[in-house]
Amino acid sequence: MKKAVVLSIVVALIAATAGMVQAQQRDSISIVGSSTVYPFATVVAEKFGKAGSFKSPKIESTGTGGGFKLFCGGVGVQHPDMSNASRAIKASEFETCQKNGVTDIVEVKIGYDGIVVANSQKAAGLKLTTKDIFLALAKDVPDPKGGEGLVANPYKTWKDVNPSLPDVKIEVLGPPPTSGTRDAFVELAMESGALKFEGLKKLSKEDGKKFQKVFSSIREDGAYVEAGENDNLIVQKLGANPNALGVFGFSFLDQNTDKIQGSFVDGNPPSFENIASGKYPLSRPLFFYVKKAHVGVIPGIKEYLAEFTSEKAWGKDGYLSEKGLIPLPEAERKQVGENVKALKTVTEVK
Amino acid sequence: MNSPIDTAAAPEPQRTIDIVNRSLKRRYRAERRFRFYGLAAIVLSLMFLALLFVSIVAKGYSAFWQTSIRLPIVFDPAVIQQDTLVNADYAALVREALFKKFPQVDGRQDKRQLTALMSSGSVYRLRDMVLKDPDLVGRGAEVWLLADDDVDMLIKGHFRRDLPEAERRVSDKQIAWIEQLESEGRLERRFNTTFLSAGDSREPELAGVWGAVSGSFFTLLITLSLSFPIGVAAAVYLEEFARKNRWTDLIEVNINNLAAVPSIVFGLLGLAVFLNFFGLPRSAPLVGGLVLTLMTLPTIIIASRSALKAVPPSIREAALGVGASKMQMVVHHVLPLALPGMLTGTIIGMARALGESAPLLMIGMVAFIVDIPKGFTDSATVLPVQIYLWSDSPERAFVERTSAAIMVLLAFLVVMNAGAIILRKKFERRW
Repeated sequence: MKKAVVLSIVVALIAATAGMVQAQQRDSISIVGSSTVYPFATVVAEKFGKAGSFKSPKIESTGTGGGFKLFCGGVGVQHPDMSNASRAIKASEFETCQKNGVTDIVEVKIGYDGIVVANSQKAAGLKLTTKDIFLALAKDVPDPKGGEGLVANPYKTWKDVNPSLPDVKIEVLGPPPTSGTRDAFVELAMESGALKFEGLKKLSKEDGKKFQKVFSSIREDGAYVEAGENDNLIVQKLGANPNALGVFGFSFLDQNTDKIQGSFVDGNPPSFENIASGKYPLSRPLFFYVKKAHVGVIPGIKEYLAEFTSEKAWGKDGYLSEKGLIPLPEAERKQVGENVKALKTVTEVK
Repeated sequence: MNSPIDTAAAPEPQRTIDIVNRSLKRRYRAERRFRFYGLAAIVLSLMFLALLFVSIVAKGYSAFWQTSIRLPIVFDPAVIQQDTLVNADYAALVREALFKKFPQVDGRQDKRQLTALMSSGSVYRLRDMVLKDPDLVGRGAEVWLLADDDVDMLIKGHFRRDLPEAERRVSDKQIAWIEQLESEGRLERRFNTTFLSAGDSREPELAGVWGAVSGSFFTLLITLSLSFPIGVAAAVYLEEFARKNRWTDLIEVNINNLAAVPSIVFGLLGLAVFLNFFGLPRSAPLVGGLVLTLMTLPTIIIASRSALKAVPPSIREAALGVGASKMQMVVHHVLPLALPGMLTGTIIGMARALGESAPLLMIGMVAFIVDIPKGFTDSATVLPVQIYLWSDSPERAFVERTSAAIMVLLAFLVVMNAGAIILRKKFERRW
């Protein structure tokens, strides 16, 4: 009797497993990609699911590169339908996609994200320039005594970098090299800072690769501390250490204005308006990409796109702006919205 | 080398009792010291444990209470019947109630600030009320609705009211409204049932752990129902039936090594085998359970083998002596006696599986999932992953929710362990 019961349970389990594998038909949208877009995509996904007609999309935060790797894996239910990205798709990733049969991709630019350099409210606010940031954080900088050559970064305090800054040791907590925020920070702050030097400007024209190495190498003598991907942790550490600066996304500044303040960069504070108007230099566009072949196969993709590109979501007073997304200018919003409606695909990538 | 010869050569033979008496004091001292070290170790670890618990509970207990606001809602048929009951503009009902409550508020900016006091989830609450009882349409009712997380943080004292207005997320006007509601008894902290019954959400006041708890439950059910029988069967065969030769030695070494493999490796294995080769669905508790089974198997096998080794050989000999077959000896005598030890090993393995998030990253269980999983192939996440995701969210209110989720995880662990201890006590036999 007992044996029969056990046996039947085992048989039922195996049959159920086999049956489930057979009937693998996904009925919810699967999204992967950037951890910067994650807080925005999740809000839309939740609203979309709670509206009731479809199941809530599932969103994995894999990082931009990791997202494209999964996204470009192929067409079919086991591959994700969309990939979030904190930069545009690269030519190499586009090729991988093409090779695996993911030929039709729709690009959706959703808005901007600011990268802030912030410190504790307990300390005085800083007014930085991209040149200061480059001098403070690059591994090799132009020789301060003059001349063409580069020397290992000799600067110890912010005052060394720029006499108008306070006499405080340089200590910056920021994202590790795997992070998209780091890529953008290097490109926006370090590169434009490096270009302020005549010698480096010349180098950028003569030997692009070498120049890239100069501005993207961040010093490793303890002045720049890699603080992991957890931006909340950086915010907490800034609260505890008024001398330190942190580098992270604008939404974390937006949520913690009572604890931390954003430094001015090139004369502009990191405010919602300044990022939207492009005055604040450290801002980057955010995207997500859609597999056209899945539209109509996985239920709800079109409706999800409509929700994301609706004025109440990504508009000027939409719920995404409450979460810290900086909306696109109105004309561009309209343009992107129309492209999305027509499911216009990406044809070539620079 | 010299001293023993010296003493041996000494003219007066020493009595043993003198030597003992002389060293007695020192030996007592040594023993007291030894005991003190042990006690200090216990006190120290208890202190760390207390520190951990106090910091988690102190941060997390407030998440179990949530600020709600009572509003006189009029279920205006003109608003609701414009569309279907599901799609009606319930936000308009909330706005209307607020504007009626504060008739002096004027201007777009101010009205926006006023509606920002309420959680965006109040819409779904009203919708559910109407769907449940369509007769409400056309009537009015006092309804407790969730306040926005910023209001909640202010009430709980996580936002300071004395900071300059620009540096806090709640404006002076909003504070005045909140204080008015408070004085009228329309604002109250109530037990947070949402936290225990809802799935994940990006709005802290709507976020709950139930989705993660269900995910953990389904995952562990798979892990337990696979790893326990397989682990015990493997241990019994290796211990009772297998001949000792080079092959069994090799297997033993491999099992011991496997127990020390970092868990992320099992995640990679799961990705390659279960997802890419067998084509099982991503993010499903089924796959999570399989991966964690691989991870816990070595632990269970090793514990079960030592439990079997601890059964005295006399029991086996006696059973064989009265004519039992080898299988009867194992099933009727050895296994019941070894079962408590095996269960202990299983608890340790399952506790580790419950706290694991690294291997699940590779198979897509680290994800934002709103819907509560209903079965083994629905998308799901687990408790440790939920804790990790919340700890990385920008909203301040997620700080207390992170700690509260840790409390739920610990409670889950305690319940699981208590169950295993009860089972163990039931099976325990002494000889």
